[in-house]
Amino acid sequence: MLTKRIIPCLDVKEGRVVKGTQFLSLRDAGDPVELARYYDEQGADELVFLDISASHEGRKTMLDVVEQVAASISIPFTVGGGINTNENIRNILQAGADKVSLNTAALIRPEFIEEAARFFGSQCIVVAIDAKYDSITDTWKVYTHGGRKETDWTAEAWAKEAVQLGAGELLVTSMDKDGEKSGFDVALLQKLTNCVNVPIIASGGAGEAIHFVDVFQEAAVDAALAASIFHYKETTIRAVKRVLKEKGVHVR
Amino acid sequence: MIGIIDYGMGNLHSVSKALERLQFPYLISGKPDELIECDAFILPGVGAFPDAMKNLEGTGLRTFLDQHVYQLKPLLGICLGMQLLFERSTEYGETEGLAYLKGNVIHFSEKQHHAHSSLKIPHMGWNRLAFLNEKASTGGIEEGYVYFVHSYVVEAPDELMAAKADYGCDVPAIVEKDLVFGMQFHPEKSGQVGTALLKRFCELAEKGVE
Repeated sequence: MLTKRIIPCLDVKEGRVVKGTQFLSLRDAGDPVELARYYDEQGADELVFLDISASHEGRKTMLDVVEQVAASISIPFTVGGGINTNENIRNILQAGADKVSLNTAALIRPEFIEEAARFFGSQCIVVAIDAKYDSITDTWKVYTHGGRKETDWTAEAWAKEAVQLGAGELLVTSMDKDGEKSGFDVALLQKLTNCVNVPIIASGGAGEAIHFVDVFQEAAVDAALAASIFHYKETTIRAVKRVLKEKGVHVR
Repeated sequence: MIGIIDYGMGNLHSVSKALERLQFPYLISGKPDELIECDAFILPGVGAFPDAMKNLEGTGLRTFLDQHVYQLKPLLGICLGMQLLFERSTEYGETEGLAYLKGNVIHFSEKQHHAHSSLKIPHMGWNRLAFLNEKASTGGIEEGYVYFVHSYVVEAPDELMAAKADYGCDVPAIVEKDLVFGMQFHPEKSGQVGTALLKRFCELAEKGVE
């Protein structure tokens, strides 16, 4: 059987990991390559790099980072952030990434998913969905531009549409849970796993090992992503996997 | 020298990086006159079967593989590259493959037992290998987890199997016959186990397969 995947996420700005990380053992806690190697050794199943560079220079630097990461680790990794053309995707994949994650550009022009999937194959096209609960309509609404702009899409409708267009995987972030450390948004994830048949990565809300157990046991997600709890060593990937094993969740 | 065959389908970069980490010299090329110098070959591949065969045939690489590689030098197909080694695939209609190995490539949904039809396709993620038969490709290596991403699966005779994985059906994961090897997963992205398997192939290529 497939194992459930644990994925640390690294925010990279102008070639440096930001949002702070706490790795006293590393020479340079802001070095994406060193962190990637550390997480690979810790047993991470995959990595996600989110490029939050605002400048063109920063984006070019990201390609160097991708190349160095590809040379240093032996697990798959995804790169997201500001990708809006097939040319961008080609550059990132050629630099050695395994998948790209599309977000705002796909919502602005949904055909982009189709073009990307047809050209590179669905297996490397991840669509990232940032969703927030709307109590008036009792649905989750999809947001773009790093959560700053609301769209007309419900998470359910957009997930179906993205998969229909060729997304091979969905990375679903709950904006309500993000940073709260109170557990993943099980209700949202249940809803989405019930309406599409591609792998789903749960994101937003991880605070401790038991939250990973809960999300895997209660929603049919395939992977769970977290950032700060790993970066700040509140827990380690090894520790999370130990708890998952104890609770009967299949991990590597 | 390992020749990584560039026929426009693929993540050549991750395979070459893995060889660099293992310190095996390699050459990436799509030109038969350059590749002919190599002692063993890796056929990578991501994408669709018909496009891949069209590219291999259009570039003269198919003729090169038929005449200068098959049964003469070790050849390892990875992911789509493994599927191309078989007789035919049903991906987007029916396409003939290289036919170095007996068997066909079919969609997962045609192979999985009905009870497992809820399993997600592609088969994406880490799955455990179980080694079968005593094969050169797995000798001295411990069973473990490797990383798969594929929607099509091989149907082939048991004697070809060096390893399988379980995903609602037996998934042929490593196949081997004489100098022809195939890995359905990505050894270059499969941590220690994948690295060990890739190293094993490179060593066999160096020393020569018994």
